Amino acid sequence: MTKPPLLLDRRCVLVTLAGTAMFASVGPARAETADMEAAIKAFTKGAPVTRGKVKIDISPLVENGNSASIGVFVDHPQTAQAFVRKIALFNEKNPQPEVAVFHLNPRSGTSRVDTRIRLATTQQLAAVAELSDGTYWSDSQEVIITIAACLEE
Amino acid sequence: MAKALLKVPKTARKGEIITLSALFSHPMETGHRRDAEGQAVPRDIIALFTCQYDGMEIFRAELHPAISAYPMMQFTTVATVSGPITFTWTDEVGKSWKETTDITVAG
Repeated sequence: MTKPPLLLDRRCVLVTLAGTAMFASVGPARAETADMEAAIKAFTKGAPVTRGKVKIDISPLVENGNSASIGVFVDHPQTAQAFVRKIALFNEKNPQPEVAVFHLNPRSGTSRVDTRIRLATTQQLAAVAELSDGTYWSDSQEVIITIAACLEE
Repeated sequence: MAKALLKVPKTARKGEIITLSALFSHPMETGHRRDAEGQAVPRDIIALFTCQYDGMEIFRAELHPAISAYPMMQFTTVATVSGPITFTWTDEVGKSWKETTDITVAG
């Protein structure tokens, strides 16, 4: 009688174990929805946030959580009279909820910013914009990750 | 090897919106990883990125460990005058790196 073939090769098992161990033993508890909400509240200093105007531009299915391309912009003029002052990015389940805060001004021309981020697992992302009139606007986006950031060698 | 890779147009018309992109060679070490020996790898991140042009700061980004290694920032600005555009990256202990490129603005 022959043995059944191994379902997982050695590297795959090691990588999976390493990833699990990192969050289990080294990493602090992952940020959860409440942490993300607290971080957003700290950014807006408790001011109300309206959904709209802001758009997160990210592929809904991200293959590599170590480096996911993300863009964010606000449907709002960028002039001396009315402009987007800040855009902050948040995540739900990385070790910390903050990702970045971008500071813009009338000379930015547009409110489009692009960067690359780490995503530990499938989760919600949020972007909150502060306009020059002091109002806050937001967007959120669910992202599915196939290779998580914690598997980095 | 240069630490930074900048994408800035060499020339622009006055008033044109231009896209600037800057990639910096830095591990953005999160502090949550262990090395092959099981030792925790200390946190080491670029916490601040700024861009100066025509006498003012035209872009500022506060960065957290969720930004990927080799941090890349792409943003826009209005071309105003010919001159230097300076990019600055600062880590959490205050060490900073600067890169400058020139743009020629016509009209």
